Amino acid sequence: MIALFACMLLLLIGLYAVVTKRNIIRIIIGFSLVEYAVNLFFALVGFKHNGIPPIITEVAQSRSNFVDPVPQALVLTAIVIGLATTALMLALAMRIYEKYRTFDITEIRRLKG
Amino acid sequence: MRGMSPIVQVIARLLAGMLFLFGTYVVLHGHLTPGGGFAGGVLIAAAFILMSLAFGSVEHAERNSYTLSSVVESLGGILFVSLALAGYVAGTFFFQNASVYGVGSPLALISGGIILPANIAIGIKVGAGLFAMFLALGESRFVMKD
Amino acid sequence: MDANILPLFVVIPMATAFLIPLLAKLWQRSSDLTANAAGAALLGISVYGAAQLFGANPVLIYRMGGWASSLGITLVYDHLTALVALAVNAVGLAALLFSVRYIDHYTGRWKFFSLFMLVLAGLNGVAITGDIFNLFVFIEISAVSSYALVAFGTDFDELEAGFKYMVIGEIGGTAILLAIALLYAKASTLNMAVISEVMAGFGRTPLFWFIVATFLVGFAVKMAMVPFHAWLPDAHPSAPAPVSALLSGVFIKVLGVYAMSRLMFNVFGLSRDTAPMFFNLLLGFGVLSIVAGGLLAYAQKDYKRLLAYSSVSQIGYILIGLGIGNYWGIVGALFHILAHALGKGLLFLTAGSVEHATGSRDLDRLSGLEKSMPVTAWSHLLGSLSLAGVPPFAGFFSKLFIVVGAVYAKMYWLAILAALFSTITLGYLVKVVNKAFFTHKDRESTPTREVPATMLIAMLGLVVLTMALGIGFKPVLDRLVGPAANVLLQGIGYAQGVLGR
Repeated sequence: MIALFACMLLLLIGLYAVVTKRNIIRIIIGFSLVEYAVNLFFALVGFKHNGIPPIITEVAQSRSNFVDPVPQALVLTAIVIGLATTALMLALAMRIYEKYRTFDITEIRRLKG
Repeated sequence: MRGMSPIVQVIARLLAGMLFLFGTYVVLHGHLTPGGGFAGGVLIAAAFILMSLAFGSVEHAERNSYTLSSVVESLGGILFVSLALAGYVAGTFFFQNASVYGVGSPLALISGGIILPANIAIGIKVGAGLFAMFLALGESRFVMKD
Repeated sequence: MDANILPLFVVIPMATAFLIPLLAKLWQRSSDLTANAAGAALLGISVYGAAQLFGANPVLIYRMGGWASSLGITLVYDHLTALVALAVNAVGLAALLFSVRYIDHYTGRWKFFSLFMLVLAGLNGVAITGDIFNLFVFIEISAVSSYALVAFGTDFDELEAGFKYMVIGEIGGTAILLAIALLYAKASTLNMAVISEVMAGFGRTPLFWFIVATFLVGFAVKMAMVPFHAWLPDAHPSAPAPVSALLSGVFIKVLGVYAMSRLMFNVFGLSRDTAPMFFNLLLGFGVLSIVAGGLLAYAQKDYKRLLAYSSVSQIGYILIGLGIGNYWGIVGALFHILAHALGKGLLFLTAGSVEHATGSRDLDRLSGLEKSMPVTAWSHLLGSLSLAGVPPFAGFFSKLFIVVGAVYAKMYWLAILAALFSTITLGYLVKVVNKAFFTHKDRESTPTREVPATMLIAMLGLVVLTMALGIGFKPVLDRLVGPAANVLLQGIGYAQGVLGR
């Protein structure tokens, strides 16, 4: 339970960084924090007290104690999507630096109205 | 891209081989232990990136590496789609598991139907893709010529 | 061979997207041919699938890998899916044909076509899937590819617009993932039909409303509902014209409106009687979108930015159609999805033609283009008339159905507002036509030539479809849009159709 609240706190910290920071790289880091928080929250959904990892081995064990494996697979997919998104954001940030010569978003305001 | 000092180069030469081997192990055992295609692919890409960072390279060598990893990445994707279509073409379902690939005995290396070839395809694609991504972000001058 | 075509909706564009980088190394122009062939094939199978539905089966089900419904991913093709798939593939093919010559402005041809194929794969995947995490994955595939497409030209405006679009869009995507995590925690399954059965017994606790609200925030960002619309007026003008046509025409509707209505109506089982607060919220946001989008569109000088604000306004129409909640309101909303996809796609393509021929988008500097670009001018005029709701074009019928639905629900003020703002829509669209295409007395006409043939074919194709939709609205209403509205209205009955019990 405490872990779930900590995930929400991490999400709020990341969201604060995205909203208030002026440097583009800090916005990207804040967005990565939001991704981590949501993935961690999702992985914790499958938690069970006294659970064991959901791997079938040769040692006989009771399968009813398995932690839920489905959220782990979904989180793997979500991490891959987050990787692609972060890579694209960084590429865009690099191109913006080449053109504007600054990372400050208050100076990158040519589109108005 | 410049290289790094000789200490880093010696250690990198030792480590890159082991990283590649460990990455291949994680890919091949994806149906038995945690890991699988994506995690193993990241390790394989890390081996290449380590070599590229430690030794540096000249521009034409980088362009060749970028072209080669781009081609390998596309091949990995096409391999994955054709694995999925194999069941479809043979008359049963898309992504069919058992009847096309053969389910081996549990806990052996060749078992689990489509999971092993799919992991290999994903490992190839992710490894090549991440290395191409690193090259494109690192030296963007030549990549934009097309 | 009936349900077996369903995986092809996703396989064809994705395999093409992987093949294009390989083939482009051998021959540079091969990417045009493969992409257009794939687009034509997609349109063909979506027409085939719709024709299958007009026969005996009301819904086509495909279980991937043969796994049972609660274990594996199920692909579901009912009338609502058919409507969305037809809109996506028609506008997609027109945009592909248009971009064969338009991409001469940019470098890196095969990259454009590869990304475009990925966007189409994602949009088709969203339309046909029956599994909630698969929905999220396809939303993210098409969204990430569209971020790259918006910033394709790597000019000043495009990079800024692309970055802003990317950050806001990804926050929305993360909200959707959070809501899916909460939903999975309660339902323990990912199949939408099984979730709807579980949700029926769940009750309207605060957790339920929190999940609904989080989904609404995520989809609102994707469909540019008014408080969350800040990315759209920057992103749609900066993208290349065929990408703008696809984005404004189908992207915001499939990812936002279709996904939201599939979840809210079929999975959560909300309806006007049981959850009036939610529908009033949709009505409120819809009215806000219509008013804000319409008034802001009037003040624009940039051609494409005006069309982007007009998209915000028209999404408002679709939202009030859904918010009214009875049969005619939903029919109007779905018909407007079709009409606006074709009409706005056509308008963005004509804007692209003007840009290709004259190199400018500023309305104060263009004039008298009708003499030198007659086909473009008349296509634009017909598209504007359709969107503004002039009979006998398609837009008239959709707004008529929304007004009829409002009158049935005794919301007369809403009917008056809808009719009023459609005149304002007519106002700003005619302003564009007047300024750019027909001559002013005190200005000379801008000298230029007509655009190449493939671009003309793409525009004329959309014109023909718009007029066919308007003139032949009765068969479309009876066989496609009406049953699609019934799919949404049946709510939890969706599960019985999919699971077969």
